[in-house]
Amino acid sequence: MAKTWREWERPLIELEEGIAKLRSMQAEEASTKATEIEEQLQRLERSRDNYIRVKYSRLGPWERTLLSRAENRPYTLDYVGAFVDDWVELHGDRRHADDKAIVGGLGSIDEKSYVIVGHQKARDLKGRQYRNFGMAKPEGYRKAIRLFDLAERFKLPVISFIDTPAADPGLESESRGISEAIAAGMFKMFSLGVPTVALVIGEGGSGGAIGIGASSRVLMLENSVYSVIPPEGCAAILWRDPTANDRAASALKLTAQSALEFGLVDEVIPEGFGGAHRNPQDTFDNARDALLRHFADLATLSPDQIRRQRYEKYRRMGVTSES
Amino acid sequence: MLLSKELDRNARVCPHCGKHYRLPAIERIRLTFDKDSFVELDADLSSSDPLEFPEYQDKLLSAIAKTGRQDSILRGRADLDGRAVAVAVSEFAFMGGSMGAVAGEKITRTLELAADEHIPAIVFTATGGARMQEGLYSLMQMAKTSAACEKLARAGAPFICVFTDPTMAGVLASYASLADIILAEPGALVGFAGARVAAQAAAGGKMPDDFQTSEFNFRTGMLDKIVHRKDLRDTLIQLTSHLGGKNG
Repeated sequence: MAKTWREWERPLIELEEGIAKLRSMQAEEASTKATEIEEQLQRLERSRDNYIRVKYSRLGPWERTLLSRAENRPYTLDYVGAFVDDWVELHGDRRHADDKAIVGGLGSIDEKSYVIVGHQKARDLKGRQYRNFGMAKPEGYRKAIRLFDLAERFKLPVISFIDTPAADPGLESESRGISEAIAAGMFKMFSLGVPTVALVIGEGGSGGAIGIGASSRVLMLENSVYSVIPPEGCAAILWRDPTANDRAASALKLTAQSALEFGLVDEVIPEGFGGAHRNPQDTFDNARDALLRHFADLATLSPDQIRRQRYEKYRRMGVTSES
Repeated sequence: MLLSKELDRNARVCPHCGKHYRLPAIERIRLTFDKDSFVELDADLSSSDPLEFPEYQDKLLSAIAKTGRQDSILRGRADLDGRAVAVAVSEFAFMGGSMGAVAGEKITRTLELAADEHIPAIVFTATGGARMQEGLYSLMQMAKTSAACEKLARAGAPFICVFTDPTMAGVLASYASLADIILAEPGALVGFAGARVAAQAAAGGKMPDDFQTSEFNFRTGMLDKIVHRKDLRDTLIQLTSHLGGKNG
């Protein structure tokens, strides 16, 4: 069982180092060796692409879980930076604090304005602490709720980027009503007459995710996951065995592909070749196109139709049988 | 030593220390609503194990055998001091009262019934949260029940939730916290994070002695009133009478 996504990327990193070395030789060397270098370069690039093609088409649920958490995957503000214009981040829940694990603000895509909220992670130790590892406290959800109100008043569609291991589970969060804040987030989202689209870009961690993700449409990136509990937690509860993560991830069927099969999400968005972490630009382009496509779909509906469709969508979720 | 019979006579509240023990759902109904007024709905609604989750079928079968119910929510219509209400009660003995698709559906139907007929919805929670074995379907019940709360609020019918031991995680973070009025029995475990996660989060830090109890949640403003089991019926009658359209 892999412990980190870097394990299966090791051969790739070696290949890429080789490619980089050949490229620098190509730049320096005289033309006598040029064709030889070029041939070698093409061979290495083919091996790299083959490895990626094979490995990334066979990732299991646990491997996808690890990849969804990879620290060099793009985070919410990377997507904003890539395709949102005139971004103005807005801060604070007007009650207690400004949560750093959920960011929000106003921005435009294709000259149309949106309210955008999303979980925010960071890559270095200090940043991670600052962002609380993407685990929002009540004030994060309440900031989002405030922005949802803004969206409704000014008729702006809402984009949610989902990427959190879970909501913050500490004493502070419990004291200030983390459960109420998450519930109120969903409640508010169901009241909105403007279209809302959520995109799971990494980890869809349970209540912490759905608190800003009860949207008209829910999209998932190819290597993102969405789960009621992390595989580690599931393994600990069911088998009292934290090394059974692999088994738990399979049992939970938490991949984007499974969620689509169940009809619980609307579309799986392909990442760039080799995953969002290797190929962010193609991933940004795909994400942007998909968001705009779904908003265009929803644009013709009246506020009442938006609410009704959203209600019906969630109303149908859940398989039961009557004996 | 406390005798089981003595407990039963006292609605499973210890006559000496006041500890509120868990109550089977049907006992809760008997204790709260008008005699013989309860009519069960959706008794046969059952899980179809959409994930084919390991060991889930066995767990369901043994829970069905143990409780005589198909899933963790008992729901129906009842009268409360002559007033029609929509009722749902968690059966904790059924897989920890956990919410999968069946529980989510039954809660949603309870709230929709209240919205359609403009009658109060009264829900008693006793649950560990969302049911892991139904994966993302369970998580989506949080959204579905919250949507029903929004619909009920718009319809203008009251929703009262009574937290009993325990009221946790995915249920607390969805419909339970969206009630117009929230009551709790004394000493119930009420919280977002499970014991394991909360302990990890607390590592090194000091937790108050009453952390994740009814009393803690009352102190932090998360619920309206802690009510002793013997007073719950009267309190619910008062509340539904105030909110039930008395003023015309």
